[in-house]
Amino acid sequence: MNKYISVPLDDVEAKTLRVGDYVYLTGTIYTARDAAHKRMYEALEQGKTLPIDMKNNVIYYMGPSPAREGRPIGSAGPTTASRMDKYAPALLDLGLKGMIGKGKRSSEVSDAIVRNGAVYFAAVGGAGALLSRSITASEVIAYDDLGTEAIRKLTVNNFPVIVVIDSEGNNLYETAVLEYCKE
Amino acid sequence: MRTIDVSLVTQNIKEMCIEANHFLSKDMENALRKAQQMEEAPLGQQILQQLQENMKMAGEDMIPICQDTGMAVIFVEIGQDVHFEGGLLEDAINDGVRQGYAEGYLRKSVVKDPIYRDNTKDNTPAIIHYEMVAGDRVKIIVAPKGFGSENMSRVYMLKPSDGLEGVKNAILSAAKEAGPNACPPMVVGVGIGGTFEKCALMAKKALTRSVDERSPIPYVRELEEELLQKINHTGIGPGGLGGSTTALAVNINTYPTHIAGLPVAINICCHVNRHAVRVI
Repeated sequence: MNKYISVPLDDVEAKTLRVGDYVYLTGTIYTARDAAHKRMYEALEQGKTLPIDMKNNVIYYMGPSPAREGRPIGSAGPTTASRMDKYAPALLDLGLKGMIGKGKRSSEVSDAIVRNGAVYFAAVGGAGALLSRSITASEVIAYDDLGTEAIRKLTVNNFPVIVVIDSEGNNLYETAVLEYCKE
Repeated sequence: MRTIDVSLVTQNIKEMCIEANHFLSKDMENALRKAQQMEEAPLGQQILQQLQENMKMAGEDMIPICQDTGMAVIFVEIGQDVHFEGGLLEDAINDGVRQGYAEGYLRKSVVKDPIYRDNTKDNTPAIIHYEMVAGDRVKIIVAPKGFGSENMSRVYMLKPSDGLEGVKNAILSAAKEAGPNACPPMVVGVGIGGTFEKCALMAKKALTRSVDERSPIPYVRELEEELLQKINHTGIGPGGLGGSTTALAVNINTYPTHIAGLPVAINICCHVNRHAVRVI
């Protein structure tokens, strides 16, 4: 089912999303990948505040290629989400409502998604040129020294994603594969 | 004896880094198009369509096909009648990578130390494999390798008694484990035989072979075809979201090995299986 929703993600709306929904996101999301997650996690351990408020926000696991002159961003596809599994439950418990990446998640992440009524989206991996077209603005807002791994605030317009784990813990990677398995 | 100034190597490598990250080889383009026609899942078809649109945009707008523009893996086959002058070949290659990644707006994805992880900010050093061959030419292959799929690659030190069945299981389980993480449809490079490092290197080089070219060894060819079918029967599909296209090809290289061993390496590559080839 095609859905057009705005981000940050509303609590009620997040719960209406179901695995397999093809969702177009419009609004503001944030990027963070390995190094930024590690730094945020360490900040939390030390009792410090995070550079972004997690509440109802969506994090895109992505480190772009450099933007050419006159463009908001370079190639901008998802990175493998499982590397953020160690850090994601703590962020979800702080109110993070959505994650965009690719690939499987741990059971701890899936549990944290259910516990917090959140959602895990997949964007099409390796389609960085195509996905960059749905990003209209990009601004580094924290950890500038991390280069491509800095935290960026992105303005997105109909950014295409697919619901892979929904707030009930259903998992599209597990069910869709069975449908086409011929072993 | 032919003398080559290393600046010629730098210039070519610079251009090849940019070329490989914006244009896939014709065989990969054809394979993706064919896959879309054969794919059974509607969502799978849609994803394969998007991957082709993505490639078109990458070439037209000069925006990298994938944001992970890889670690630059470079194969250099040097004719033994070649003499290089003008500096160290290794420096010349890294200069080419440095210039290509800067001028091509490619992502710098290399960290200086595996534990302390400071970005080198110019995507060097490259991973360079030298080979001495006959003649006075130099063949260069630039294969930027993304790590979503690299992380899902495996080496198995099987026992001789595991035989062909053991090899099949190893390849299939690596592909299954890779699943959605490796950005399927994937290309599966396999090295069988040699030593621990030799089979891994063969697997990497197998990825640079055209996806529509099969092994000249009859049993290996059969193995490539059988494994491709088996991987496509897993149901993983494009993007791992279900379907009949999980791999575009299985390319296998073999080499003699020790009486006690049967090493098998599986180097998984995503659908952005990049390589630029030039002979100078």
